[in-house]
Amino acid sequence: MEYRDYYEILGVDRDATQDAIKQAYRRLARKYHPDVSKETEAEKKFKDLGEAYEVLKDPEKRAAYDKFGSNWQTGQDFEPPPNWDAGFEFKGAGYTGGTDHDYSDFFESLFGRTGYTGGATRRSTFQMKGEDQHAKIVIRLAEAYHGSQQNITLTRATVEENGRVTTRPHNLQVTIPKGIIEGQRIRLEGQGMPGMGGAPAGDLYLEIAFAEDPMFHAEKRDIHLELPITPWEAALGATITVPTLGGRVQLKIPAGSQGGKKLRLKGRGLSTATKKGDQIVTLRIVVPEAKTQEQKKWYRKMAEIMPVNPRNTPGF
Amino acid sequence: MTDLFNPLTGTVLDEDTLCSFGDLCRLCGVPADLVLEMIDEGLLCPQGTTPGEWRFTAIEIKRVQTTVHLQRDLRVNLPGCALALQLLEELEELRRLRRIR
Repeated sequence: MEYRDYYEILGVDRDATQDAIKQAYRRLARKYHPDVSKETEAEKKFKDLGEAYEVLKDPEKRAAYDKFGSNWQTGQDFEPPPNWDAGFEFKGAGYTGGTDHDYSDFFESLFGRTGYTGGATRRSTFQMKGEDQHAKIVIRLAEAYHGSQQNITLTRATVEENGRVTTRPHNLQVTIPKGIIEGQRIRLEGQGMPGMGGAPAGDLYLEIAFAEDPMFHAEKRDIHLELPITPWEAALGATITVPTLGGRVQLKIPAGSQGGKKLRLKGRGLSTATKKGDQIVTLRIVVPEAKTQEQKKWYRKMAEIMPVNPRNTPGF
Repeated sequence: MTDLFNPLTGTVLDEDTLCSFGDLCRLCGVPADLVLEMIDEGLLCPQGTTPGEWRFTAIEIKRVQTTVHLQRDLRVNLPGCALALQLLEELEELRRLRRIR
């Protein structure tokens, strides 16, 4: 079993007042709340905070915990000395509050777990639907375009025969349907936390996020691509091969196109059977550098035979 | 535990998702009162006129779930949740726009 330094988790000194502990918890809980935070591992940090606070907010538990001394470090192999909890009354009484968090082995072996440790009579009558679980899954745009199968690993609490709860990695393979878009969620019924006393399990919600793509980006159902073209392709028109998530297609650039012009490839975005997304191609004109005398001559000649004032608008 | 041959297929909560008053309560594990209070607060705007006809969107399902988390974990009251949700949604939109540029 690994020791956990609850003071370190809350970022307070060992002699912090109860008020200071409460304030530290509230500040960090806001910072790492999984619905609010973009920090990586926010969910884990939030759980750790809850566990640390569960112990330190209760003077009795805190005093028992303090008896281990200050020489332990998080992650160090730890066994509580025999009768470490003699003289304290929390044993078996469970939590002072809180819902069905999954606490660490360290916590549970010291302070037990309500809802599970209450004995057979309680277990047989106590029913509670499992918590819903929320997770984010990052997929590539091509996987959203075509649909895909994703392997995901979640930490899952399971209730064993003896009522003890253990957490272990839980692997799932999930079908991501074609045409899913960023921010949408997939609900997997009964794949959340297990229920208690025969009650059904909670649901699992997977929120879709897209990995950064070097070429495309998605805006809702539309896929955007910037297409570099030459001035003569823009001026004279051209048919250009452009990549889409579904393969290459021919795109006709009309004569007289300007930089920034947007062309739409219908149905080439993130589409489902009933909803269509398009690919929007934005033209970017690449101006060739005039390096040699001859090249400069051609630019000068262009200036002569097709004079233009691109700043012919009020304000310039 | 992995079943590679029978991948799980879920329900996509997309722009077509509409759930009834009862479905919303059941999905989010909340009492009807909370949904009514959230409507009063302007957090939910169901389509339809009578509670029996009410239909809620996928975004509203998420709002209810986030509200439950914020109330339970951070002791935020309903007007506070409304403010937090509004700011969170704005923040998400700004992050999205920043990624595009």
